[in-house]
Amino acid sequence: MRREIPMAITTLTGLIMIIVFFVPRWEDWSDIFLKWFTVIAGFALVLGAGSLLLVNLNKISRKASGWGYNVVLIIGLLATAGSGIIQGIGPGTMFDFIFVYFFTPLSATMFSLLAFYIASAAFRAFKAKSLEAGLLLVTAFIVMLGRVPIGEMMWNALPFAQSIPLTEIIEKWIMGCFNTAGQRAIMLGASIGIISVSLKILLGIERSYLGGGD
Amino acid sequence: MTVFDKIKNLDRRWIFLFILISVIIPLLIPLNLKLNTSKPVEDIYSYMNSLPEGSVILMSFDYSPSTEIELNPAAIAIVRHAFQKKLKVVALALWPMGASMSQNVLTPLAKEYNKEYGKDYVNLGYKAGGSVLLISMNNGFATEFPTDINGTAVTDLPLMNQVKDYKSCALVVSLSAGVPGMKEYVQIVATRFGSKVAAACTAVSAPEMYTFLNSGQLLGLMGGLKGAAEYEKMIDYNGDARKGMDAQSVVHLVIVLFILFSNVVYFVDEYRKKTAE
Amino acid sequence: MIPTSIYNLSVDFTGNQLFAAAVEAGKKFSTGEIIGVWIATALTIFIFSFLYEDNAMYKFAEHLFVGVSAGYVMATTYNNVIKPNLFGKIQSGIVSLMHGQFVWKDLSFILAGLMGLMLLMKLVPNMGWLSRWPLSFMVGIASGLGIVFTMEALVLKQIDATLVPLIVKTAANSIDIGDTIKNWLIVIGVCSGLIYFYFSKEHKGLVFGTMSRIGIFVLMMAFGAAFGYTVMARVSLLIGRMLFFRDQWWPVVKATFHF
Repeated sequence: MRREIPMAITTLTGLIMIIVFFVPRWEDWSDIFLKWFTVIAGFALVLGAGSLLLVNLNKISRKASGWGYNVVLIIGLLATAGSGIIQGIGPGTMFDFIFVYFFTPLSATMFSLLAFYIASAAFRAFKAKSLEAGLLLVTAFIVMLGRVPIGEMMWNALPFAQSIPLTEIIEKWIMGCFNTAGQRAIMLGASIGIISVSLKILLGIERSYLGGGD
Repeated sequence: MTVFDKIKNLDRRWIFLFILISVIIPLLIPLNLKLNTSKPVEDIYSYMNSLPEGSVILMSFDYSPSTEIELNPAAIAIVRHAFQKKLKVVALALWPMGASMSQNVLTPLAKEYNKEYGKDYVNLGYKAGGSVLLISMNNGFATEFPTDINGTAVTDLPLMNQVKDYKSCALVVSLSAGVPGMKEYVQIVATRFGSKVAAACTAVSAPEMYTFLNSGQLLGLMGGLKGAAEYEKMIDYNGDARKGMDAQSVVHLVIVLFILFSNVVYFVDEYRKKTAE
Repeated sequence: MIPTSIYNLSVDFTGNQLFAAAVEAGKKFSTGEIIGVWIATALTIFIFSFLYEDNAMYKFAEHLFVGVSAGYVMATTYNNVIKPNLFGKIQSGIVSLMHGQFVWKDLSFILAGLMGLMLLMKLVPNMGWLSRWPLSFMVGIASGLGIVFTMEALVLKQIDATLVPLIVKTAANSIDIGDTIKNWLIVIGVCSGLIYFYFSKEHKGLVFGTMSRIGIFVLMMAFGAAFGYTVMARVSLLIGRMLFFRDQWWPVVKATFHF
């Protein structure tokens, strides 16, 4: 019963959502479920943070290699969560200070490292070894240069620039035509995938979300 | 080791240094390159301009500080435009960090434009649930957002007596860095509930959004820092996006030159190998 | 306890762009802002140090980042979700009950709270199976909605947008060559892209072979555009950090050392 009841819950809630989509008059049925979802999704986030806390406490208690960093992690977690829960999250709170001067630089800098790695990767791996790769390279060049002012300036220096504006090449032809067609084909394929997996879940064929064990 | 081998095995830290210098120099010595605008951004601007005074814009802050530089300028430009046009702003966030992002954009701008909280703008804060939340909000914002970001009951905020659901909003703008974000707004708010939806997104997700522009599900699109810079130009404001465009230009040029150079080295090397055989 | 004056930031100073504008307007920094910007500078350098090689400063910043992120999510979820949407509703239901009214919609949130607690049982050894109930509830809702909303917005609408006229006329009733070519390219591009992703039949022959080949070309151009935009995004992130040094750190350096 530890697996059957959850599977029944999945099928039932899923079917209610589908029925209500076609019969909006019955949306009171689903409305309360949607509101519960928001609350449970909130608990799911707390679960994630709680799990992180336990894993790190475990490492500290075992004095695993580099356990000092786990202490830093836990201090960061408790200080941020504690200040936000006790004092609130509005302007002028300790939580806001942590967000502005700790979290923002850490997060923004961590992701800015990607600028260096993408440049290095492009230098090493981006070779026009075939017609397809060449096409990819040329499109990337046009977009990279054409979407920034320096590319527009270079294009405008060409004699035929007035008759073919760069914005039109990029917006109408590359982004609005080839990119749209390619992205739409990917989107249609992925969407059919989402629908079939969802159906498998509702019909009880796909059960991996229940995890292992009884 | 030949010069080609040396280039092929170049320590990547030299490339890092080169990129860093390419960013720093244009920020210290601006080139003031001319910026052109594009139709997807112009469409948002024109629609905002066409709205009557007092119309409500629903802004969803679906990003975190990791993409602050791409989306904060867009958010600031839209809020500035809205406040200049005497439009009302209701903010919410589908990302936890979006709550602070919205607060840090709205509070100083409201002070600058002398706007009153609760009457001219409201910040509803964050809610979990993503797409499920968006569906549920159609039955009334107040049921999902009984309080604003600071815990004040929405019934005590005059603007929220005017804004009940999506139909009360003239435009929905998703400032999106991923999931949940603009794709959910397009799927649910635009397609299912028929509201006008515009998006400001990170450049990474912009290409996918062109399919929605083409299908008419999206009113307009501001892609990345360039999109925000175009909007800043249209409202005649010199923000981070316009300030960053020179550096953006130089680094793009440098990366293109890197790729060209590495290709030349690759083909010369291949030719040498063939002739040696 | 840390004095409020340290962390209470002036509302003019939040965010790089508004910080710079406030400095230009001649605002004075508080002690909290000066300390804060120096902390932000140190953490930024700690992370950038990874570009040279992995080191203790980077590891410190990395762990702090993860901890603060999780703490942030916990506090925001508590304040913006659990407090108003769970405690608030239950409280309102109980108050109504005390006044003799049974508002089941509010009181039903007790069940939502119970399911939330069951989800947390995942952290308790031997009680983990209890978390399957709320998890199934969420998966069921997401799957049900996924089927209908994906079908409507991402399949039917997209097919609809691909069914475009193959001869486009202008207002003067002549053929609009540009839009006509564009529509042909979109129709052929989408169909050939889909054929490329269809693996149940070998990509050979006049129709399947040719179309899947065209599909690769279309997809490569889409990937090229996506690569160009990805470079743009990553470079922007670096520009953001450099703007921080120029617009926040440098004015604070001047304020700290009085020059």
